[in-house]
Amino acid sequence: MIPLLALTIALIVSAGVYLALSRDLFRCIVGLAALGSAANLIVFATGRFGPIQPAIIPADAMKLAATAASPLPQALVLTAIVISFALLCFALVLGARLRQQGASDDSDQWQAAEPPATDPVKPAVLE
Amino acid sequence: MLLLSPLLVPLATALLTALLYRQSVAMRRAVSLIGALLLVLCAGALLVTVEHAGRITLALGGWPLPYAIEFAADRLSAALVLITAVLGAAVLLHQTSRADPAPETPTLYPLLHGLLAAVGAAFVTADLFNLYVWFELMLIATLGLLVHGGEPRQLQAAFTYLALNLVGTLLFLIAVALLYGATGHLNFSALRQAALRPELAAALPVYVTLLALALLLKAGAFPLFFWLPASYHTLPTPVLALIGGLLTKVGVYALLRLLGDVFAAAPAVLYEALGGMALLTLVTGGLGAVYHWDLRRILAFHIISQIGYLLLGIALASPAGAAATLFFTLHNIVAKASLLLIAGLIWALAGHHDLRRVGGLYSARPGLALLFLVAALALVGLPPLSGFWGKYLLVREIFSQERWLWGGMALAVGLLTLYSMLKIGLEAFWKPHPVGKVIAPVAGLWPAYGAVLLLTALILLMGLLPEPFIRYVDAAAASLGRAGVAP
Repeated sequence: MIPLLALTIALIVSAGVYLALSRDLFRCIVGLAALGSAANLIVFATGRFGPIQPAIIPADAMKLAATAASPLPQALVLTAIVISFALLCFALVLGARLRQQGASDDSDQWQAAEPPATDPVKPAVLE
Repeated sequence: MLLLSPLLVPLATALLTALLYRQSVAMRRAVSLIGALLLVLCAGALLVTVEHAGRITLALGGWPLPYAIEFAADRLSAALVLITAVLGAAVLLHQTSRADPAPETPTLYPLLHGLLAAVGAAFVTADLFNLYVWFELMLIATLGLLVHGGEPRQLQAAFTYLALNLVGTLLFLIAVALLYGATGHLNFSALRQAALRPELAAALPVYVTLLALALLLKAGAFPLFFWLPASYHTLPTPVLALIGGLLTKVGVYALLRLLGDVFAAAPAVLYEALGGMALLTLVTGGLGAVYHWDLRRILAFHIISQIGYLLLGIALASPAGAAATLFFTLHNIVAKASLLLIAGLIWALAGHHDLRRVGGLYSARPGLALLFLVAALALVGLPPLSGFWGKYLLVREIFSQERWLWGGMALAVGLLTLYSMLKIGLEAFWKPHPVGKVIAPVAGLWPAYGAVLLLTALILLMGLLPEPFIRYVDAAAASLGRAGVAP
């Protein structure tokens, strides 16, 4: 189980890095989302594998059974998932808005924030 | 309750200004300014409490430590919270002037106060995952402020900022997860104990390096700073001063807290590598500033260059180095924000941010020239201004460790800083206006002057009466973890 998960995380990270390095706007967003999922899997894996009993205290007991899964990584990963999902939504809306404004989906073509210099020695005058 | 005020006061102000979205701009402004003043008072009270009672802590969540979420303030945290509050008040005052303010939409004040809440909470948290959450909140608030104007240049800059900073937060999250997996703890005190376990001696430095890498990206160190000069110049002046003054310093604070306090027993090679990165940061930031002609971009590259000094102080791995970093951080937040706010005034009076399009300000506004001179020479580090003492503390400790290259570079980069400050002085103030524009009086600038005067007064106070400040930072550094860990 552990080698399988490690391999999965390695695959997701490499796919994520490959896509995130793309100049294409949408591929870049998908790549960042994949990297986020890989990070979440790593957080999840810190709870160790083996115990499959959910981290819920039974009604007649005062503490977790020794065979239960560790609840803290689950709480952490839930927080991390919510945050990365929010940022993914923001990135998608930002991408859509950029396309709406007529920006190319090739980020190399973007020149509004940093216009290329026309003078051989001095930078361009910014807005 | 006082301990949580750096989080709760701005958060309440953010909520209140969000609820007042139907009310007039003047109403939201008033609430936001009152919130900022309240934050200054609370931060001052926190500083006094910490000065008398030492480190104060609060455990939330109903669990015993180290499983509760702990908030703690020592001298290091309290000083940074206070300077954040003062800067927040100055910036919100500047926003009410007509010197390049952000458009007053209903989302502006909630975002600004949300940013202050995240920064304040990052300074007082004592839990690693909690710190990650505050970094994410800072990222979200900053993104909101970047896209706030909605122009194509701002959206494009926001995407660059998002893509590069997201990688940083993901690295941070992975490092937090690995540290938790190895030690079973997230609390700073528990991590400090766990770091001494001999069975972790091989793995822990790797995780700490990953954590440091993520924070170096947030701090804007070479070669991870490219998100900063690509995006900061699209922000309106007050927002730029707040973000440029504070955000990278939160990264530096986190590095100081983790490498200088919690994991102070990390191997020496880590600090050597940090020193190398700091030197490259110093030089690349300085050279970038020399090349540029737009005020905002020159100052953005200076933020990077000054981060190099702060990182050098951490890399020295000694209490005196930590004290120098804290003093330099306090000075740098004030001096940098003052220069950025003056850039807004130059825009309002002379009509542009580019040095090739402005001029003639010395004859028209000698007072503004004087304010610029104080902030610029403080940044260069000339006595009797605050920057001199920061640099003196730092370079003295560098030379006492006999690191001649570090010290030589730190002093030489001062010349690069001086060169680009001279360039601003000569081009914006000394030379006549290039198209002969008469600098006409602009109404509604007094809040901007007030904000700059407040920051200038702080620079002069730290420069002319440095002793209480130096005593304070020495005491702050003495309480950090290194003092407890034998060398």
